[in-house]
Amino acid sequence: MKHVISILVENKVGVLSRITGLFSGRGFNIESLAVGETENVKMSRMTIVVGGDDAILEQVRKQLGKVIDVIKVTDFTGKGHVARDLMLIKVNAIAGKRSEIVELVDVFRGKIIDVGQKDMVIEISGPEERLEAFLNLLRPYGIKEVARTGRIAMSRGLK
Amino acid sequence: MSRTGSQILIDTLKEEKVEYVFGLPGGAVIPLFDHLFDSDIKFILTRHEQGAGHMADGYARATGKVGVCIVTSGPGATNLTTAIATANMDSVPMVAITGQVKTHLIGNDAFQEADITGITRPITKHNYLVKDIKDLGMIVKEAFYIASTGRPGAVVIDLPVDVTTDNWDGDNPEKINLPGYKPVYEGNMRQIKIAAEAINRSKKPVIYAGGGVIASNGSEELIALAKKANIPVNTTLLALGAFPEDDDLSLGMLGMHGTAYANFAVHESDLLIAIGARFDDRITGKVETFAPNAVVIHIDIDPTSISKNVKVDIPVVGDARRILLELIKLVKYVERKEWLESISGWKEKYPLSYKNSSEEIKPQYVVQQICEATKDKAIITTEVGQNQMWAAQFYTYTKPRSFISSGGLGTMGFGFPAAIGAKLGCPDKIVIDIAGDGSFQMNIQELSTAVNYNLPVIVAILNNGFLGMVRQWQELFYNKRYSQTQLVGSPDFVRVAEGYGATGFLVERKEDVRPIIEKSISIGGPVVIDFRVSPEENVFPMIPAGGAVHQMIGGMA
Repeated sequence: MKHVISILVENKVGVLSRITGLFSGRGFNIESLAVGETENVKMSRMTIVVGGDDAILEQVRKQLGKVIDVIKVTDFTGKGHVARDLMLIKVNAIAGKRSEIVELVDVFRGKIIDVGQKDMVIEISGPEERLEAFLNLLRPYGIKEVARTGRIAMSRGLK
Repeated sequence: MSRTGSQILIDTLKEEKVEYVFGLPGGAVIPLFDHLFDSDIKFILTRHEQGAGHMADGYARATGKVGVCIVTSGPGATNLTTAIATANMDSVPMVAITGQVKTHLIGNDAFQEADITGITRPITKHNYLVKDIKDLGMIVKEAFYIASTGRPGAVVIDLPVDVTTDNWDGDNPEKINLPGYKPVYEGNMRQIKIAAEAINRSKKPVIYAGGGVIASNGSEELIALAKKANIPVNTTLLALGAFPEDDDLSLGMLGMHGTAYANFAVHESDLLIAIGARFDDRITGKVETFAPNAVVIHIDIDPTSISKNVKVDIPVVGDARRILLELIKLVKYVERKEWLESISGWKEKYPLSYKNSSEEIKPQYVVQQICEATKDKAIITTEVGQNQMWAAQFYTYTKPRSFISSGGLGTMGFGFPAAIGAKLGCPDKIVIDIAGDGSFQMNIQELSTAVNYNLPVIVAILNNGFLGMVRQWQELFYNKRYSQTQLVGSPDFVRVAEGYGATGFLVERKEDVRPIIEKSISIGGPVVIDFRVSPEENVFPMIPAGGAVHQMIGGMA
């Protein structure tokens, strides 16, 4: 099962390699990883999507907690949270096909951020399933390139 | 007052009450060594950086204090890595300071540059690259704090040469602030109560004590718990001495080469009380058949150790000693006549044994003679392999920190430098390295160090002419195909010892074993004894790797 784990770390040189090294050294599998500064410049947040059974995830959480530079580990699985991926897609868009693609982009609340003679670049963010669905709809036009970020996540507020 | 980085480092080492530093100079640490020249910190110059690391390790294991070593950049630091990994794997507090090239050259493949924080990340508890002199005092203080608290371990400080020559007029910080590091010492009282109830209910409990008991200085408390609740105790290799082996409740060591009765007790138990141990594969063998009927209590300061290999029913996270103190209050004496009777039955029926010989010197006999000559007065260190297992099996340890051995990493070449470190830490103890002819040659150059500081350390080589443990596996599991295990071309150890200025003895007759041991103890300087032992003696009992108790070889006679 996939787990979204959020790790608050000290914003220091080498922290990323401590985390990724821990994953490779102990045979844990990273599916995606995103890192960035937080509201506090002294801290960064890493969001890691990791697969494995409960015993593995327990080890992942504990081992992460043991890293001196790690301040807090949160596993969002089973907790109310929002998660987003960001994707850029360069798709074939010859004259005559453009309007079809624009319609799709609108439906999926994406953005067209570059238009060339033969292709266009689309930006879309959302939960993983929506991105996959969008990608599948674009395939018939010919996808030239895809770049996507790791997932980032945040707990939901009290309702 | 403005101080150089070197001065800040040395001042901070003194603040941390460092008595000895082990190491070897080199290009990147010349300014630092220039300051050390005037310092009253005692520096032990070794002949190889690995030796320095193991000495710091042996010192730390013998005293409980942090072991410190200083080496140069690049090859100095990479030579140290085996010693760092050895200490860290056995939870030994160590601070290793490595020189580094100038900060502006880092990453340029400069002369004697190695990315030592990168290399040591997986073999340290934590590591630092000091880039600014303003951080130096804080980093050194943090390093000592991290190394010695929680589950202890090795911390590396990589120190660029320009940081050691820079000047700064700031003071060390008063307090350490590590938001991500808060070791838990006090056990959860609810869990402790559940554990105590399980103990009081149990008909067939057994304690499995690990190195954490010694690390937390909890031997007395372990003894008190075992006595009060009337529970037999077995220990891991690293916990030998944590419980007196001459006590009726002692079952000795468990695991691959543990006593038959220790392993039977674990197998038959209804409650396994693991204290400061980590269910290593050399203990459990096949996990599915390890303590199959037991409820498992696990007391450990490292939450990652809990339920890592074996599913734990009652975890208690915290300092072993403090948790034992609470547990003692809650447990009651239970007679457990049947259980203790079956254990003494096993002890009688399957004792640790070997076939003695009147012609050959048996390695076990040598260990027994060393024990008789030095019991309660010595620190025994070991190399790794057969010598280590015989030293564990046939010496009776009665005090914590009296047995020092590389358990987790299993580092050959560890015992001799560790003995030197232990002797410096505990000058009143007889210190003997029980060695193999293979292992001793891996750090034999430290004879210079022992001679230089005239340290009465005895190396007792159980010389069988083989890499004995590998040979044993080849004999038992590979049709006696002795691939590269016969050590042809080993030196005359007596002449080697004499060449270094130490004393050497060759012992080829059984009747000389004891007198030479006695004589070596009385010499008051480094001694190497070359005991020519029977070459193809095996370590028994043995549970094959990944096997179960019923697959035990030997020891059932």
